Amino acid sequence: MTALALDHLCKSFGGLRVTRDITLAVEPGERRLIIGPNGAGKTTLFNLITGELAPDSGSIRLFDRDITRVPSDRRPHLGMARTYQIITLFPKDTILRNVMLALLGLSPLRWNPFRRLDHERDLVARARAALARVGLEHLADRTLSQTSYGEQRRVEIAMALAQNPRLLLLDEPFAGLSIDERRDVRQLLQGIPRDVTVVMIEHNMDVALEFAERVTLLHFGEVIVEGTRAEVVANPRTREVYLGD
Amino acid sequence: MSETGRYGAIAVALLLLATLPFWMGNPYYINIASQVLLFAVFALALNVLVGYAGLVSLGHAGLFAVAGYAAALLLQAGHGHFVADTAAILITLAASAIFAVLALRATGIGFLMITLALGQIIWGIAYRWASLTNGDNGVNVSTRPAPFGISLSNAPSFYFFTLVVFLLALATMAMFVRSPFGASLRGTRDQARRMNALGYNTWLIRFLAIMFSGFWTAVAGLLFIYYNQFISPQVAALTTSAEVLLMVIAGGTATLLGPITGAIIVVIMKNVVSAYIVRWNLVLGVIFVLIISFMPEGLVPGSVRLWRWAWQSRQTRRHTSAAQPVKERSP
Repeated sequence: MTALALDHLCKSFGGLRVTRDITLAVEPGERRLIIGPNGAGKTTLFNLITGELAPDSGSIRLFDRDITRVPSDRRPHLGMARTYQIITLFPKDTILRNVMLALLGLSPLRWNPFRRLDHERDLVARARAALARVGLEHLADRTLSQTSYGEQRRVEIAMALAQNPRLLLLDEPFAGLSIDERRDVRQLLQGIPRDVTVVMIEHNMDVALEFAERVTLLHFGEVIVEGTRAEVVANPRTREVYLGD
Repeated sequence: MSETGRYGAIAVALLLLATLPFWMGNPYYINIASQVLLFAVFALALNVLVGYAGLVSLGHAGLFAVAGYAAALLLQAGHGHFVADTAAILITLAASAIFAVLALRATGIGFLMITLALGQIIWGIAYRWASLTNGDNGVNVSTRPAPFGISLSNAPSFYFFTLVVFLLALATMAMFVRSPFGASLRGTRDQARRMNALGYNTWLIRFLAIMFSGFWTAVAGLLFIYYNQFISPQVAALTTSAEVLLMVIAGGTATLLGPITGAIIVVIMKNVVSAYIVRWNLVLGVIFVLIISFMPEGLVPGSVRLWRWAWQSRQTRRHTSAAQPVKERSP
């Protein structure tokens, strides 16, 4: 069984082919790093996997289930969670409320117009537990806009983890972080249990390579190198298009 | 405001509303109060979309008129009030569903333009399909209902009926806003993409919000025709939609008191001030400009902001003066 299998996935925007015949298999529990220069199609690939974009051709399988035509809002219910390159949270709400929204997203309670959300003790307790997991419980009642960028990044990861995903997609989780914040996020990612498969896009090679077990290099929407850390770093094509000499 | 203070304010407001016909006396002003309440229900309904869903509709007068026309025509055809009103609400919900399916193809300015167009279509039908709607001459409603045998023919009884409906609307809105579904709707307003990625069906959430708004718009439309005992195409016109939207924006979107405050301002300006000032529209315009200039978030949130600022300034001054040592006078 593969956690995520992409089969000949293609996507074009008009005449621009952004994803060219991508075939990829990620094993359960694997830590996969996707790298590539700007415009390589990394985020587009994530958007195809999460269903925000529909592929022109090819298929996507999540734990052997074909999800190519499954609507994007149903995919989190099948065990898929993601973070964004640019943080997209709810700045006017408290951190606790942000995490509660993540939990509510997978609960039938989200349709209920009669009960009071703040009185849902189980949901509040689970949200606090999710924040404790990323070391932010003490900030639970603070408005998100009053927290640092690094803390917001951790909230985003806490929201994804709160949904107990089987596949976690992280889009540049270290982008814009200071050295201290990067250390915090790295520790957080290292603590993700093995039953969660992680696919990560990252440019910061110092932290990313340490995390990854296998690496996929994209260039102009194509997979040009794939292998273990050592294989990909040693590959001349990687140096040519991405790492430089 | 403390919890006790809030409950105290609510109790005073309820007492004032419940005793209004007794201390107001003049039936003219009691009728104005009924108008304020029915337009407050309409504004609260629109606020579900504008405030909590971030979807600005300029076609809600169309739904308001659908309810009014449906009930008026069914009553004219000889049906009873219960049948006519129930059918009018169901027809308005069907119209709301059509509005939703068409308008939810877009958000932002696109949504506004589609709702504007749909509202204009309903106005056009009311105005031009004279064999059905009697065109510009409108439709008369000869009687008001008598729920539980209580006649609503005089100003105080109609006021109390409208007050009960208004309080029901307010209670359901308050419940809705604090509910998980209310939180889901606000989430789609603030970060639709993120909500989708968290497992929310943003389209369906917005659709249901439009239906909820449509229901209370229909109720307000029924109150309107029973109040006026007449409906004409003017009710479906763009100016009605704009007026209710201004109530919501001027009072403060995404608040419960804002639309009510907006309804009070507009109805009083239209009915009371217009008796003394010929160019009352100009005064209303100036009021809106002042509100938007000094309290862009609306009158209610703006007043809360000013109140907090004044309170904090006072507290700071008090602490500063308490901390300063008293100078001893030299002998």
